[in-house]
Amino acid sequence: MSLLTIKGLHAGYGSRTVLHDIDLDIVEGQIHVVLGANGAGKTTLLRAVSGTIERSGTILFDGLRIDHLPVRKVVASGIAHVPQGRGTFSDLSVDENIRMGAYLRSGSDMRSDRERWLTFFPRLRERLSQQAGSLSGGEQQMLAIARALMLRPRLLLLDEPSLGLAPIILRGLFDTLAAIRQETAMTMLIVEQNANLALAVADQGVVLESGSVVLRDSAANLTGNDEVRRIYLGYE
Amino acid sequence: MMLLANQIIDGLADGAIYASLALALAFSYRSTGIVNFAQGEMAMLSAYLVWQLMAWGMPLIPAAIISIVVSFAAGALLYVSLVKPLSHSSVLTVVSVLIGLYLALNSLAGFLWTYSIRALPSLFPKAHLKLGSFSVSVETVGIIAVVALVLVLLYFLFETTKLGLAMRGAASTPDSAELVGVPVPTMLLIGWGIAAALGALSGILVAPRVFLNPTMMFGVIIYAFAAATLGGFDSIVGAVVGGLLVGVIENLVGTYVPWIGPDLKIVVALVLIFGTLLIKPDGLFGRRKVARL
Repeated sequence: MSLLTIKGLHAGYGSRTVLHDIDLDIVEGQIHVVLGANGAGKTTLLRAVSGTIERSGTILFDGLRIDHLPVRKVVASGIAHVPQGRGTFSDLSVDENIRMGAYLRSGSDMRSDRERWLTFFPRLRERLSQQAGSLSGGEQQMLAIARALMLRPRLLLLDEPSLGLAPIILRGLFDTLAAIRQETAMTMLIVEQNANLALAVADQGVVLESGSVVLRDSAANLTGNDEVRRIYLGYE
Repeated sequence: MMLLANQIIDGLADGAIYASLALALAFSYRSTGIVNFAQGEMAMLSAYLVWQLMAWGMPLIPAAIISIVVSFAAGALLYVSLVKPLSHSSVLTVVSVLIGLYLALNSLAGFLWTYSIRALPSLFPKAHLKLGSFSVSVETVGIIAVVALVLVLLYFLFETTKLGLAMRGAASTPDSAELVGVPVPTMLLIGWGIAAALGALSGILVAPRVFLNPTMMFGVIIYAFAAATLGGFDSIVGAVVGGLLVGVIENLVGTYVPWIGPDLKIVVALVLIFGTLLIKPDGLFGRRKVARL
């Protein structure tokens, strides 16, 4: 069944509308990937869902309208957003970053969660007391994801996790995402430039162009789609 | 030798007062990136509030506690009414408003309580502790102890509590703090409240030493600026170490450099500010921002 339903969504910055009349259904337990060129509105879509920009239209999360809620309320309803550029608390230690992720949780089972996510990101365990700003890009991305997972979200929004990462690190990151999904059946909405990697872990895909949905299909079909291959996968 | 030891202890007591005001400056600066020029005048009003409550018949200690609590609320109110609405304005606008507030509060004190000097009693008994031939006033030791206690409390707040962590997160990266569900404006409001409470403490501690009057914080705020600059402005540890250093240096220079004496002592603070900015602009403990992409 559908966990997130978007109907007639418009969103943008001030007077500039970036997204036009978006309809989207995110099925519970699936990974959806959003593809599109720079400026197509991918980041704006995630920000509209989490409420970090102005938006109008209907957004239903688990049957409840969240399109008028402030960020905090959206987050509290179970949506974690890892923003583009990761948004690490660079002044805080790695451990404190992870604890920040659990801010809305009441605490008793926080420790076991922390242990659980650290098994997915062993590099972070080695660096718990280190200042987060001194981590490498890949480690900061892992930290941002771990922080988001601490919220126990039902929907994880990931904005360009591959940004600025070396190919080998990237491979590992997507393997970890696949492993997390395998174990938790968590629903994810991932915006990604690296279509190859993203489609390999995704169930469904959406292609945005100039703020509108131009294509939606299963990840397998999109991987085989000539146009997608030409534009986003870089071969004919 | 005795004189030197006494000057250092006295310097530490003065330094503890500068440290608490420097901490107030560091708190508002860390949470919102704004240097509160009116911090000293707010502290002066806090000291007047104690005097007024005592004039109405309240004993000193409860009056001091009430003043600190009221100051916390005033700091929070200042954040809501002036700082938050100006959060997207240019630095120059904010500086102008805060300097305006400085003048307004100063005049308000003169209007309410006149410019004549009044005496605020010390929190500590007029006695001396003797250790052999070495003697130190209870007030000196008391000031150091009170500020040390406050530092321990702040340490526990920021290093061990969830609220403290959320406050640090909100000050460091507000956008991300929102995304994990932290009510950022509330955290900044508490930060400004704590700053005003710390300022109140410095005002209440210093008033018995300099007498209560509307310009009593003029010297103290300059020393606190020197302390915060020396310590690195956004560093809590830096504000404390800077405060103590400035207090000791001020006392030693005033005593041992004859041509400076008590009148030119304030220049020491300005030289410290100038020297720090010239040689080590981030101060002793200011964190040079580490950022990797």
